[in-house]
Amino acid sequence: MAKLVPIEEAVGLIKDGDTVMIGGFMGCGNPHKVIDALVKRDAKNLMVICNDGAWPEFGVAKLITSGQVKKLIATHVGLNPEVGKKMNTGELQVELIPQGTFAERIRCGGNGSGGFLTKTGFGTIIADGKQVISIDGKEYLLELSLKADVALICGNKIDRKGNVWYRGTTRNFNVVMATAAGIVIAEADNVVELGEIEPENVATQGIFVDFILDGGNA
Amino acid sequence: MEDVKGFIAARVAKELKDGDVVSLGIGLPTQVENYLPEGVRITLLSENGIVGEGPQPSTADASPYVVDAGGQPASVLIGGSFVDSAVSFGIIRGGHVDVAVLGALEFDEEGNLSSWIIPRKKVPGMGGAMDLVIGAKKVLIAMGHTNKGMHKILKKCTLQLTAVKAVDMIVTEMGVMVVTGNGIELLEYNPDFTIEQIQAATEAQLIISPNLKKMAV
Repeated sequence: MAKLVPIEEAVGLIKDGDTVMIGGFMGCGNPHKVIDALVKRDAKNLMVICNDGAWPEFGVAKLITSGQVKKLIATHVGLNPEVGKKMNTGELQVELIPQGTFAERIRCGGNGSGGFLTKTGFGTIIADGKQVISIDGKEYLLELSLKADVALICGNKIDRKGNVWYRGTTRNFNVVMATAAGIVIAEADNVVELGEIEPENVATQGIFVDFILDGGNA
Repeated sequence: MEDVKGFIAARVAKELKDGDVVSLGIGLPTQVENYLPEGVRITLLSENGIVGEGPQPSTADASPYVVDAGGQPASVLIGGSFVDSAVSFGIIRGGHVDVAVLGALEFDEEGNLSSWIIPRKKVPGMGGAMDLVIGAKKVLIAMGHTNKGMHKILKKCTLQLTAVKAVDMIVTEMGVMVVTGNGIELLEYNPDFTIEQIQAATEAQLIISPNLKKMAV
């Protein structure tokens, strides 16, 4: 069951070398307070799975700037020049994945599928080394599931059971990432009482969440 | 021509039909929305999670919780909704997008396109482009005909591909072209240019349509 803990306690669970999923899209829906605490704690050699490198000095970009990320698996890094710089010096490895494949591989990681078939990337560099499967005369790439040691997500309202309500476009990758990691740490802009989120509006069920942090953004 | 991007966007807009679900890429394609013909209403998909995206809000109305696929402040129309990324790309790969409008770095006569990587120069990443070009029912490229005089419409792409044989139509400031089994066919030309000038700006051999028309916006 989800437990409300101080930020430092939850971030203390992230070890050097861990694979860490971080929800958000260009910083929107990043768990900003958790990222700040992780920079402070200085966990090293992380493999980060996050859609993008955000903007310089915003969201996940702070972890890249601080040199804590050994490898970044993402779909787009063009709006944070720091990523390109660190790629060129060899400080940071970057693996780029098509965005739909990125989301679906994580979804598979959380729902027990070994992978899925997609036409995305067929005939491109993305297909290198991948199995091609033909169904009804159409060719698909086999893309394998993606999991992590820890997922860091962010919701606008999270109740004491860990049920999450997302505001605006912040659902993005938070929803699938919450299902695909050993430990799920959820930053709440607002911690709310049970019942405050209508059952119909829970987008991430509390059963996926291990630790809730009060981000206090209100 | 003063506003090349606006001209291209206006011509692309004529391809959209009332009720279409449309995805517009960052940059020039975004402007297409400003030129929708009278009576044409579209549902705009922002692949980071908006079905029914509205106009860009003023600074005062911008919410940090609502952004578009470029990470810029966005809005949702009444009757629109928010989705997570797995659902959004299910919409895209599942064939529920009628038209995707994207830019390109290179484009060739087989309908292949390159749009996401320039070796040793820029490695931005493909974002959602690879999924959009294989998933949308119609893929339309909107771009400048050349890169400062350098050919972009080639016999064969030289950069890493975004997709193979995926493009249906291409609109530039010089004309409107479609990809056929035999190559690229010029359907419309901008009368500011001669056919010879358009061919000279194109590495691929253009097939001139027997029904060639003047490009009008």
